[in-house]
Amino acid sequence: MASTGPTTQRFARTAQAARSERAQKVAKWVFGAMALAMVAPLIGIVTYLLYRAWPSLGWEFLVDLPRKGMREGGIWPAFVGTLYLVTISLAVAAPIGVLAAIYLNEYARDNWFNRLINLAVINLAGVPSIVHALFGLGAFVYAAQFGFSILSASLTLAIMTLPVIIASTREALASVPRAFREACWNVGATRWQTIRAVVLPNSISGILTGIILQVSRAAGETAPIMFTGAVFYKAVQRGDLFPYRLGDQCMALSMHLYTVSTQVPNVKESIPYATAIVLLGSVLLVNATAIAARVFMRRRKRW
Amino acid sequence: MGGSSRIVEVEGLRLAYGIKEVLHGISFAIDRNEIFAVIGPAQSGKTSLLRCLNRTTDFIPSATVSGSIRVDGDDIRRVKDVFGLRRRVGMVAPLPVGLPMSIYDNVAFAPRCSGMTAKRELDDIVERCLTQAALWDEVKDRLSSLGTALSGGQQQRLTIARALSHQPEILCLDEFSIAIDPVTTMRIEDVLKGLRREITIILVTNLVQQARRLADRTMFLWNGEIVELGPSEIVFSDHPADRRTYDYVNGIFG
Amino acid sequence: MSAVPLTPGGAAAERRPTRSTLSLLGERVIEALIKLSGVSAVIFVVAIFFFIFREAAPVLWSKDFHILEFLFSTEWYPTSVSNVRYGTLALTVGTLSVTAVAIVLAVPFGLGAAIFVSEFCSPKLKETLKIVIELLAAIPSVVWGFVGLTVMSKIIVTLTGTAVGVNLLNGGVILALMSVPIIVSIGEDALRAVPDSYREAAVALGATRWQTVYRVLLPAAKNGLLAAVLLGVGRAVGETMAVLMATGHAVHIPDGLLNSVRTLTANVAAELGEAPAGSSHYRVLFLTGVLLFWITMVVNVAADLVVRGIRRK
Ligand SMILES: Nc1ncnc2c1ncn2[C@@H]1O[C@H](COP(=O)(O)OP(=O)(O)OP(=O)(O)O)[C@@H](O)[C@H]1O
Ligand SMILES: [Mg+2]
Repeated sequence: MASTGPTTQRFARTAQAARSERAQKVAKWVFGAMALAMVAPLIGIVTYLLYRAWPSLGWEFLVDLPRKGMREGGIWPAFVGTLYLVTISLAVAAPIGVLAAIYLNEYARDNWFNRLINLAVINLAGVPSIVHALFGLGAFVYAAQFGFSILSASLTLAIMTLPVIIASTREALASVPRAFREACWNVGATRWQTIRAVVLPNSISGILTGIILQVSRAAGETAPIMFTGAVFYKAVQRGDLFPYRLGDQCMALSMHLYTVSTQVPNVKESIPYATAIVLLGSVLLVNATAIAARVFMRRRKRW
Repeated sequence: MGGSSRIVEVEGLRLAYGIKEVLHGISFAIDRNEIFAVIGPAQSGKTSLLRCLNRTTDFIPSATVSGSIRVDGDDIRRVKDVFGLRRRVGMVAPLPVGLPMSIYDNVAFAPRCSGMTAKRELDDIVERCLTQAALWDEVKDRLSSLGTALSGGQQQRLTIARALSHQPEILCLDEFSIAIDPVTTMRIEDVLKGLRREITIILVTNLVQQARRLADRTMFLWNGEIVELGPSEIVFSDHPADRRTYDYVNGIFG
Repeated sequence: MSAVPLTPGGAAAERRPTRSTLSLLGERVIEALIKLSGVSAVIFVVAIFFFIFREAAPVLWSKDFHILEFLFSTEWYPTSVSNVRYGTLALTVGTLSVTAVAIVLAVPFGLGAAIFVSEFCSPKLKETLKIVIELLAAIPSVVWGFVGLTVMSKIIVTLTGTAVGVNLLNGGVILALMSVPIIVSIGEDALRAVPDSYREAAVALGATRWQTVYRVLLPAAKNGLLAAVLLGVGRAVGETMAVLMATGHAVHIPDGLLNSVRTLTANVAAELGEAPAGSSHYRVLFLTGVLLFWITMVVNVAADLVVRGIRRK
């Protein structure tokens, strides 16, 4: 009789342990399913788009011009237009963004003004893309009189990508240990000499991958270029690598996808899908490259 | 120059990080060509004191310094060329820091920063400083390999070579031996003994024995205040001026 | 004064090299550029507000415009000949309802996935999942819109038997898919910011993983998680192309998930091309931009304050 007490107690404890173990299992599966629910769409979407796009996909689709009011043919002018926009916008945004990040990470003291700058960067990142479009229209197209042009569209895109370049560059700079900076300061190096000699050389790979990631973001944007320089259709030479000038309007992949999927009736079935695949494919490819580069760099750190 | 025998004069030095004061108005002076040891328990403000001497407190946004420090008669808060000041006061940090560049560039870095470009002069400096830091023989065949690839003790000597490369009048060493083995420590101590004929050395250390071996005079810093400052023989004797010094030196509190 | 052999120190100071004027000047120039770029973000934010407001302002004083009507009327007839009305309430409600649907779907999944990634999976799986999240976040919004228009609308039509597949539900689901990566990555940051000592302490007391998460980590990381949700909301409110393509085109207050709606952002994108520059319609669209600017600003500043709340602790 005397032994029942402890036994039940031990039993009670195991029962509770079993219960909490079950809760643990359930939690793991539920959260795992949620994570899966996030991964599945990526694979599902890509496969489905690829399947529907298949009839049109090919080299020909890339280098051919849109024909019959964009109902047939390829996407060359849009593809090249996107290259233009991305290149020019990054050429503007990357230097400013990197320098701004250097300022914030290496020079700025903690005062109200620099807090204001930080807040501005955060806000700039949060401004909706359509608001950027309105800004580009009001500032570049009309006020600065660049007109509807590649220049206006690229500048609008540049301002849009700026905060993200700043953020990724800051992260790269912050990964350089402070001890290196202190060692330089201790031997009488100025801030800039320190940055030149140890900070930049050891963060440049991170900075570059951050910028490459922005290539994909800039390539996918539609709203900011739609009203500042991208057009539905523009005739160019088939396969011509330099069909546009800075003051021209241009086609762009993202805009083209919007047009063929919503504005043009009776488009050949697979064309919008193929356009989406080219856009998505380029973006994911660039991203994957940047990620691979980052993983590779991390493996061969110098300290 | 150098009329006075005092190379460093500190008067009423206070240092605060934000609202937390870590040096509470300390005054002392250091003689030319002596080895001056600073001992004290952790957090007592030793590193902070060194930061004041070469004004790297400028790089800590929250730091505020008051009081006066003179190096060779110049008030360091008034010097026009603060980078020049930092080259007059060499600094060796507690943990060895080989910069992620070649060994040669590590040593040539400071001269280059100050504008020296001639290859021959740089070669001379690199060889001289590495020799002085007792590292030359080990690395002379691989000057182009990475400074960060050296062993801890080698990196510490590289740090010393770098600090010597800008021809400092004062060399500050902050607990240089915490990351290296006793044999290397002894080698570096020999180096320091050799250097003292030419420059003044400020040695921050937690190793009481080390201070006793090397220092002419020793200062015991505790909670941002000077408890005792005097010739090492007295500080480390059985009857120092302050009871707390005896207790600390003999490990009764810490 | 005499017996100082002068290898280092001492009189050697007299032949110390000096930097060339060119390198000094170069440093001045580059530092000026750095400071200028540092300020640029502030300049751009101010410029964005200024130029949008400048285009919008004249309409504020014109007589066929009333600010109360703009904010609280549901009548949006910008191109009507006889009865021009600029009421954005239906659009605002459109934005709010799509955002609400998106958040209801995205927050549980986002936070759940964040917890899984941060606490329950092996390092290798974690690395992979984070890359997937990054790739998901990179999918352009126009592609999401296209997916809504084609795949999602077909799914909705099949499942519910409704006539049109582009509607509130569609837009909400698409926006949720777009917001989840943000919520996951920021939420995961927040969970990682909880010191390991908390986890160890909880485990030492005999808590299981799940109990640790639920009793210790969630309370400790709640500000960061809230910020993650807010930033997800910010993205959903500001999203344009995806909702333009996926929610249909009806400007009215929706009374069910299967109604078509139009959001503030989509409305600007849909009509800006047709509004003649300088017309009232054009200016009202810019005014919508001003409204959106402030809404997202408030959301982002709030998220930042919440985040900084954690840092201070
Ligand atoms: N950058 C800093 N910001 C804020 N507080 C600091 C900073 N550096 C040091 N402190 C504080 O100042 C006090 C003195 O630190 P210091 O590093 O000078 O001590 P120390 O005597 O060198 O100690 P140790 O023997 O551990 O090196 C400590 O309480 C420390 O927390
Ligand atoms: Mg210290």
